[in-house]
Amino acid sequence: MAAVQTSRQRLANRLAIAAVIVVTLIFLAPIYWIGSTAFKPRALATTVPPTVLFQPEITPFIKLFTKRVQLTRPVEEEVYEAAPWWERRIYDGGERVLRVGDSVQLSGYPDRFKNSLIVAVTSTLLAVSMGTLTAYGFSRFRVPGEQDWLFFILSTRMLPPVVVAIPMFLMYRAVGMTDTHIGLIILYTAFNLSFSVWLMKGFIDEIPKEYEEAALVDGYTRMQAFFKIVLPEATTGIAATAVFCFITAWNEYAFALMLTNRDAQTAPPFIPAQVGSGLTDWTAIAAGTFLFLLPVAIFTFLLRNHLLRGMSFGAIRK
Amino acid sequence: MAHIELRGITKKFGATTALRKLDLQIGDGEFFVLLGQTGAGKTTTLRLIAGLEKPTEGQIFIDGVDVGTWGPAERDVALVLQQYSLYPRYTVRENLEFPLKAKIRRVEPDEMRDRVARAAKILRIEHLLDRKTERLSGGEMQRVSIGRAIVRKPRVFLMDEPLSALDAKLREALRTELKNLQMTLGATFLFVTHDQIEAMSMADKIGVLDRGRLVQTGTPNEIYNNPRNTFVARSVGSPPINLFEGRLQGGRAVIKPGTFELPLNGQAVPDEGRPIIFGVRPEDVSVEPGAAVEATVHDVENHGVEKILTLNAAQTIFRATVPATLKVEVDETVRCAWNPQKVILFDGSSGLSLRHAG
Ligand SMILES: Nc1ncnc2c1ncn2[C@@H]1O[C@H](COP(=O)(O)OP(=O)(O)OP(=O)(O)O)[C@@H](O)[C@H]1O
Ligand SMILES: [Mg+2]
Repeated sequence: MAAVQTSRQRLANRLAIAAVIVVTLIFLAPIYWIGSTAFKPRALATTVPPTVLFQPEITPFIKLFTKRVQLTRPVEEEVYEAAPWWERRIYDGGERVLRVGDSVQLSGYPDRFKNSLIVAVTSTLLAVSMGTLTAYGFSRFRVPGEQDWLFFILSTRMLPPVVVAIPMFLMYRAVGMTDTHIGLIILYTAFNLSFSVWLMKGFIDEIPKEYEEAALVDGYTRMQAFFKIVLPEATTGIAATAVFCFITAWNEYAFALMLTNRDAQTAPPFIPAQVGSGLTDWTAIAAGTFLFLLPVAIFTFLLRNHLLRGMSFGAIRK
Repeated sequence: MAHIELRGITKKFGATTALRKLDLQIGDGEFFVLLGQTGAGKTTTLRLIAGLEKPTEGQIFIDGVDVGTWGPAERDVALVLQQYSLYPRYTVRENLEFPLKAKIRRVEPDEMRDRVARAAKILRIEHLLDRKTERLSGGEMQRVSIGRAIVRKPRVFLMDEPLSALDAKLREALRTELKNLQMTLGATFLFVTHDQIEAMSMADKIGVLDRGRLVQTGTPNEIYNNPRNTFVARSVGSPPINLFEGRLQGGRAVIKPGTFELPLNGQAVPDEGRPIIFGVRPEDVSVEPGAAVEATVHDVENHGVEKILTLNAAQTIFRATVPATLKVEVDETVRCAWNPQKVILFDGSSGLSLRHAG
């Protein structure tokens, strides 16, 4: 930092900061929109121009987690009085919560969310571990036709995945893997693997092979050297790769919509489908989307130190 | 401690041949220095012995046993590299313990502590034991890598230019330390370098490597005084040896007929008129009044006790090391001669020393 700044420099600095702020706001706008809609009363969700100031309420989340039906006639006074606070919010909206016997019927959202977690976490673990091992092999051993193999692996990403949607659907139906966790896990792992191999190869190439060779000479096997020396050095790369794989698997929509419908359905195809009873309830959809953003945000936040280094793809060390 | 033998080793990397039919013996407890320029195949030789590469042809014996099928872990050799040899993220102590923790070694914790302490003491790195390796200076790092080798008590120490990344002063200090260490441990060392001063000052034996071929092995003295060919002659000595192309005539060296002729004192072989390269080290060239050849002084370098003169006689440039007390000026005309006993005769076309060729 120069102690003496000319006024021109100061102006340039301010302009740059202003530009950064504007761009950041543009990027954050949709997230703000989702976040604010998730706490809006239903009537304000679709107003034009959008309502900015409102009394935030939790009702969209109650709707998100419960099964409801439209009230055919107004609710009786004593029933309303006896209901817990959250159920009254539903009555206020002209609906009632479905009960079987005494127990409240939950919506499909918690299960779909769990499915998303199972599928995304498992496929990320698989894609990253397989990708790391494959990348290590390509990086350290003389593989006949190495360039061709790497190109082949990458080529699986060269056409839009939707192109193979119909054949995939038919294949999955033939082997009975539609609507199963394992079906989606295999698909997402395969999809992420090429990416993981390429990314990890870049990171592992950066780790001098002298470290492992020293370990070999020091009396360790190749496998031990890999776990003791290479893996700790590759954590940054692994973290970056894992975040990318997780985001891809977590957000995948088209195949999940096509290949799952209930038991293994993930959140993305479910969220827009919950039209509620009556018209589309945008506040509940926004609440579902808002919660859906959290795992990625948390995951990314936890790995942020690694990511900052990892995003530069090894260009900046230390 | 061990005896090492390489027999007919050839190593090819695709189209390049790094080593050609290399035969090499390193005696038990010997400090062997492999001297060669960049790309000569020094690192390749070490990697072959360590088991990190497999030879294309030939065999490697450690203590008389063919280790061709052994992996690096089983060979029980230690390797010290120029750089990258310390494990990052580990402290110095963890680095020193790392080889002892290998499953094949099974060193007890007490013994481990002992050995680390002893190595740290020998290398004077005790105060660094709990430091992370990224925070060490180059000289400290290199000490730690050497320490990581000595805690193991390996059969052979392989060192790949371990001093070349250090500054001159440190290099000199560590040179002495390494040599002392080798004598204390009585261990077999194979040390590779492109630095002839390292080779001359540390070696029991030197092997000179020229583009994958081992040209000569011998004591530093033999290599210096009795080189097998002009390549070996040029690889040691500073300033480098003077090589004059000329002919043998009447028992005299004729470099420029009439103006640059010198006696050989019976060293001459009876091949009249044979093309010869005459090699004479700068310290065997003398400058004194009345000497045989007239030369002009081209340059004078002062080195304290001695001066290095660059002389020009009959359009031939050569160097002479003379006492600093000798008064000479640039462009002055002086008379010079050589010590005929010390002149080495090489065949004019093959460059082979006539003494070696017989
Ligand atoms: N893995 C490899 N693949 C291809 N060529 C190689 C490989 N390793 C070494 N070479 C080649 O073999 C020759 C000898 O290399 P080597 O590393 O042994 O030389 P060096 O004497 O150690 O040189 P330097 O002083 O530069 O370290 C060189 O021509 C080099 O390019
Ligand atoms: Mg080398």
